[in-house]
Amino acid sequence: MPEPTSEAVTFTLDGREITANKGEAIIAAAERAGTYIPRFCYHPRMAASGNCRMCLVEVDGPRGSTLMPSCFVAAGEGMSVVTNSEKVKKAQDGVLEFLLANHPLDCPVCDKGGECPLQDQTLLHGPGETRFVEEKRHFEKPIALSELVLLDRERCIQCARCTRFADEIAGEPLIDFAGRGDRVEVSTFPGEPFSSYFAGNTVQICPVGALTATPYRFAARPWDLDQVESTCTGCATGCRVAVQSSQGRITRLLGVDVDTVNHGWLCDKGRFAFDGLSIDEEGLSLADPRRRITEPMVRKNNELVTVSWSEAIKTAAGLLRSVDAHAVGAIGGANLTNEGAFAWATLLKGIVGTDSVDAQLGDGLDASIILGLPRATINEAADACTLIVLAGDLREELPVLFLRLRAGAAAKQTSIIDLTNGSSCFDKVSALRLPLRPGDAPTMAAALLGSDDATAALLRHPEGGTFDATDMDRARHLIGSDGTGVVVVVGRPSLAEDAAFVEDAALALHQALPKATFLPAIRRGNLHGALDMGMAPGIAAGRVTLTSASPSLKALWTKIPSTSGRSTLEQLRAMDHGEQRVTVVIGADISHDVPDGALVDRALQAKSSLIAVTGNGSSVVAAAQVVLPTPISHERGGTTTNLEGRVSRLGQKVVAPGDAWEDWMLVTELAHELGVDLPFGCLDDVTNAIAALAPSHSGLTTSLLASSLASDGIIVPLGTEILGQRKAADPMAIPGLASADQIGLGSFTGSISSETPLASEQGKTSVSFAAIELPQRNPIAVPAPDSYALRLISRHKLYDLGTATSASPALSSLAASAVAKVNAYDLDRIGATSGNQVRLRSTKGAMVIAVEADGGVARGTIAIDFNVRQGDETTNAVLALLDSSERVIDVRMESLS
Amino acid sequence: MSVTEAPKIITARASFDDSHTMERFLATGGNDGLKKALAMTPAAVQAEVDTASLLGRGGAGFPAGRKWSMLRKADVSYLVINGDESEPATFKDHLLVERDAHQLVEGVTIAAYALQVNQAFIFLRGEFALGLERVQEAINDAYKAGALGANIFNSGFSLDIVVHPGAGAYICGEETALLEALEGKRGYPRIKPPFFPAAIGLYGEPTVVNNVETMSNLPWIMLNGGAAFAALGAGRSTGTRLFALSGHVRNPGVYELEMVKHTFRDLIFSAELGGGVPNGDVKAIIPGGVSAPWFYPEQLDVPLGQDEVAEQGSMLGSGSIVVMDTTTCMVRAAWRITKFFSRESCGQCTPCREGSGWLERVLWRLENGQGRIEDVDLLLDLCDNIAPGLSWPPQQTTICVLGPSIPSSIHSAISRFRDEFLAHITQGACPYA
Amino acid sequence: MSYFTESRQARAEQLIAVYPEARSALIPLCHLVQEQDGYLSEDGMVEVAKLCGITPAEVRGTASFYDMLHTEPVGKYLVGVCTNIACLLAGGLELLEHAEGSLGIRAGATTQDGLFTLEETECLADCDIAPCVQVNHRYVRTTTPEAFDGLVAELREGGRASEIPSHGTLVRTRRDLALAVNPDDIAKERAEHRAATENAS
Ligand SMILES: Cc1cc2nc3c(=O)[nH]c(=O)nc-3n(C[C@H](O)[C@H](O)[C@H](O)COP(=O)(O)O)c2cc1C
Ligand code: SF4
Ligand code: FES
Repeated sequence: MPEPTSEAVTFTLDGREITANKGEAIIAAAERAGTYIPRFCYHPRMAASGNCRMCLVEVDGPRGSTLMPSCFVAAGEGMSVVTNSEKVKKAQDGVLEFLLANHPLDCPVCDKGGECPLQDQTLLHGPGETRFVEEKRHFEKPIALSELVLLDRERCIQCARCTRFADEIAGEPLIDFAGRGDRVEVSTFPGEPFSSYFAGNTVQICPVGALTATPYRFAARPWDLDQVESTCTGCATGCRVAVQSSQGRITRLLGVDVDTVNHGWLCDKGRFAFDGLSIDEEGLSLADPRRRITEPMVRKNNELVTVSWSEAIKTAAGLLRSVDAHAVGAIGGANLTNEGAFAWATLLKGIVGTDSVDAQLGDGLDASIILGLPRATINEAADACTLIVLAGDLREELPVLFLRLRAGAAAKQTSIIDLTNGSSCFDKVSALRLPLRPGDAPTMAAALLGSDDATAALLRHPEGGTFDATDMDRARHLIGSDGTGVVVVVGRPSLAEDAAFVEDAALALHQALPKATFLPAIRRGNLHGALDMGMAPGIAAGRVTLTSASPSLKALWTKIPSTSGRSTLEQLRAMDHGEQRVTVVIGADISHDVPDGALVDRALQAKSSLIAVTGNGSSVVAAAQVVLPTPISHERGGTTTNLEGRVSRLGQKVVAPGDAWEDWMLVTELAHELGVDLPFGCLDDVTNAIAALAPSHSGLTTSLLASSLASDGIIVPLGTEILGQRKAADPMAIPGLASADQIGLGSFTGSISSETPLASEQGKTSVSFAAIELPQRNPIAVPAPDSYALRLISRHKLYDLGTATSASPALSSLAASAVAKVNAYDLDRIGATSGNQVRLRSTKGAMVIAVEADGGVARGTIAIDFNVRQGDETTNAVLALLDSSERVIDVRMESLS
Repeated sequence: MSVTEAPKIITARASFDDSHTMERFLATGGNDGLKKALAMTPAAVQAEVDTASLLGRGGAGFPAGRKWSMLRKADVSYLVINGDESEPATFKDHLLVERDAHQLVEGVTIAAYALQVNQAFIFLRGEFALGLERVQEAINDAYKAGALGANIFNSGFSLDIVVHPGAGAYICGEETALLEALEGKRGYPRIKPPFFPAAIGLYGEPTVVNNVETMSNLPWIMLNGGAAFAALGAGRSTGTRLFALSGHVRNPGVYELEMVKHTFRDLIFSAELGGGVPNGDVKAIIPGGVSAPWFYPEQLDVPLGQDEVAEQGSMLGSGSIVVMDTTTCMVRAAWRITKFFSRESCGQCTPCREGSGWLERVLWRLENGQGRIEDVDLLLDLCDNIAPGLSWPPQQTTICVLGPSIPSSIHSAISRFRDEFLAHITQGACPYA
Repeated sequence: MSYFTESRQARAEQLIAVYPEARSALIPLCHLVQEQDGYLSEDGMVEVAKLCGITPAEVRGTASFYDMLHTEPVGKYLVGVCTNIACLLAGGLELLEHAEGSLGIRAGATTQDGLFTLEETECLADCDIAPCVQVNHRYVRTTTPEAFDGLVAELREGGRASEIPSHGTLVRTRRDLALAVNPDDIAKERAEHRAATENAS
């Protein structure tokens, strides 16, 4: 896409003077000026292919006025453009008639019927009667491009939006046009389906009904749909979505184009996982994630029985009161709304009086580091000169963030320094790859910052360095001296190493590069909202430490935690040792997600009383004393916060099945039972309380959130971001939102076009706000490598055994399978080849698994995905090797064949 | 009606049976033009070609010298030779690559030197199996003779030439589609602007694309001077040109003729050339490839020159001339040409992709006696939707000019022989069948 | 195990090496696959994808654009009869019909014995000897039904083997491996040329 620059040009459009940004396509400039030029192939987020020829306009040039594609030709100074002449109309009508010539007349049975631009254009200006009497092109009915996407070739109008998306945006050209002329069809290679995590986007941008998604096919007719705008909480990227429902059931999710976040894209997990919301629960055990929890339950005679809410609340309150505050803890909360998190944090810290609250599950980073590092926005990261990736595989963890970051690198605007060990989503676009062995992050940081000793240390590894010394020189050059233009994506490159390694590395980078900013790549839904609301040890709502919590917040409190709290791993150990006797588990599936299986098992067996707050079954539910059902995903309102700190609204589209209560509500009841009346009468009260009491959220009131300034969400603290009005959206960019009477500029969504600093708009100056101070700590040392062992790496997959995938009929079969990936060199050493079974043994335990040679995995390391199936087993197999008390996990590998 | 005394410029060697060998090449002045060029500065070579006013022989007739001067200065640039020759009834490059590949290689080397390009590609249509072998042989020979490769004839200039086979797609003759094919992609013409690959071409680098015949003229121009070339022909049409004559004539074949000095009538009827129409009179002629609007008997005396043909509302194009005598069914002729475009449309642009197939099917119905009266105007209106105004040169609704070439034959046939279309309809059958 | 035979593997690598970008070798490599398998096999496409660094879907998508690349098996002899305008005027359609009759197949099909595939082609650029016929992309210049039948009989007997290799083998003249010019020399040369032109101006 030729990036429009800020330089303005003036040209004439149908006799009017219009200004455009230099390089901007006529079609886009005209659209902003309110003139809609019909189109099919043009998509504002992709390079123009200019092949459908629907957008022809007359442009005067040296050879008189000629018909030009307005999607491709840039507005030029002094140009004269006519969009409404007879000549233009005839050409456009001609294109429409040609498109219809071979198009089947199956609108009544087509999913797209009712929201189809081709149908709409035809109704508006199309030929009344067809002059095409020949037989139409015929193809065998729909063929599957992948598990989720079907293709009706007869309906395809060859606009190439899907193929361009796959190649240009997703970087996975698994579909391509085959054939020539009017025999062209979209196709995959035999045996290699379009299994991209982003395939669903092609369904959304297909302007006709050629591509359909299996979960939506025949599910509803557009005119029956009801929709609300919301934010996807599938991961911490926070994509904007339109949630559509029919007869009380969600039928479809569409990406909404937000300039700051998702550009209209969604990943398939976010798009399709909604089908798990209303799963039929007949016969499913309470431990099954597909089982919806719909009624409050209390354990009686060692069995969970359904009870009334008041009994459940009384029992839970009784448990919380039954022990000393220090013996109470809470794990989870990353799937709460901000309001839910604020309510829980208030209850646990200020009323129960415990600081042992942790929304992370031993798989994240120290909250004070996440909150304390200067944060980058997604746009800043996408436009960075240099991007250091010190995280897991972003395509697996934060898929649409990956798309945004990939775009800059693919356009060669951003140089990525990728520290990922093992195959990485940035392999085809990164400028440099410096694979990191577990534990080496601090040394790598020192090396990147100029320490030749550190470089030498990395190169001196017994199995050899993972990079050339010259690459390190190039990396240093790209990083520069103070970090200007540098963004560090910091997450967990591996769950099989101590988080402290990455934390130390991040702190070192921050110290040496004061201008560099950080984007925390911690993936879980509203984790960042939960941390902001104080759901971490030592933290209080508003990105402040417990000790510096605002006095007005403390006014809500009746107690103040007297001892500093335990992290999730520490709580589990305390449960095991009997020190923590009551544990509230909030929507967390700890037996799958905590990277220490044995510890979780011991903690669950220790019979600390569990209060499970959740909408889905899990082993925690099965073991709980009290179960409190809550709504999930699209069943609740409120706000959520993404990884850049953008707070945006959730739209409630459906009601939770059964008798679930929203968290703020059940917390208010619990508090009441504990003798405190929280001033929360409705959801808005909680949102406004956050705005009033949490320093980082100061001013973020419900009225601001409801205003058009916040339609794309707002980054907190306020005043740091340039905001503007959304422009009206082109239904062709986001089809599915248009109908026959909505051709042209719709009113729904779009991206920011005018720039208005929020503070002045609001007549306020930005609040004075001091971010949390970073901890001072002594770096930890990495154990020396053992030349007989391989150091373990374990990373997340998108489709894993987590609740979202497992509970979704559309996605559950796509869950990845475990294999051990090692460098061919290490495979040779034990005389094994790809496909062989090997036995792996760590100090903790052993497992048998198939191996695969992978050149991307550094010698001396071994990669096994986290929380994926092994054969038919749906347990997180790699847990057998993990031990959270070890800084790194060394495993010995032995061939079994 | 005698052939002018103009020298044979590019087919001189072809009269020998062994014209394709290095021995014959060297024995008949091979590489002399190149050596002369290498002794000059690149700019002087360009100036010579400018003086010659050598018009491109690939179809568009753009002056080679002008095109070369547009090449953007860059560290890497490319020269690409268009030997796709797929325009129906065009078969002159076929002769040049099979019968005198060394001359082509010499010409390419001269052009590369003038442009200071070190990498050239000769794109030949894949169906030229023998031509591909001959050109590769010529390149191998040239390397051995020091006429190609590093430091050519000790001039300090180096060039590598790669022969690139096509794989069967007419559209790859369109220069930007050709570049896509050369990049290993589907042969989709690139959207314009830029209008010339001289700015952004192969791999995004500045590129000159020239036709095989255009290149083959260069050795002679170097040896004899641009002025000598310009002295032949008249007006903008200088030198000689290969005319590929086919259809209803006694002696179809490729004839090298001085430009403008002969008319269509000369070419078709003179005894040394076409030898006349055996079974009757000329009904229509296609003057420059099937993309060109047709001529009729009253245009037989138009001279074979670029502007002369253009003034009459058509184009000399690739220099291929098809004669259709009075026994020819015009519906059938238009149908077959349209079928060609339908099969060869790359499929990007809606009007070309869908229009060509639609037109072909209507014409097929007409030819088979299943036409309706309204079909004739339908044909014209669909043509008008592809090339608004049905004028020449055509207006365009498409990316490349294949689209607006589709109406040429249909419009030509209907505007002159509408009654023949109607006869098909009223008789319910082809009157010529 | 590599897909190509040893000598073809070497040629495949050479093909990649002569272009500034690997993907440019796609069409030549597809021809090479056809030389090995007689058509563009799936295994071959997967190999080409690997060599060019693209997906098999892209190889198939690209190859399917071109008429000479056959993703389904074809006969040992691919017989193309041109019916385009010049050949049409000379009886190309009639010759094609004759060919269909004498081979017993419709255009586009392959004889049961796998020897012949018949194709109706667009202009083959040999319009003076019309109607034009090619066998495996060699001009055979048989313009009459009788000559056509004679040719078919000859091919059935295994005749013309040196002139017409079986389908897939397109070019038998090899590029000499030593041909390429050293890019460093070129860089030097360009620098010198630039210096010279700058001095001159
Ligand atoms: C549809 C189409 C087909 C063409 N086919 C050929 C061709 O087969 N050979 C050729 O030299 N030029 C062909 N051309 C013209 C080329 O685009 C280009 O103008 C030419 O190769 C430039 O060389 P020249 O300047 O030496 O003539 C074709 C153009 C179009 C639009
Ligand atoms: S006009 Fe036809 S051949 Fe040319 S680019 Fe468009 S579809 Fe392809
Ligand atoms: S050609 Fe411009 S929208 Fe398709």
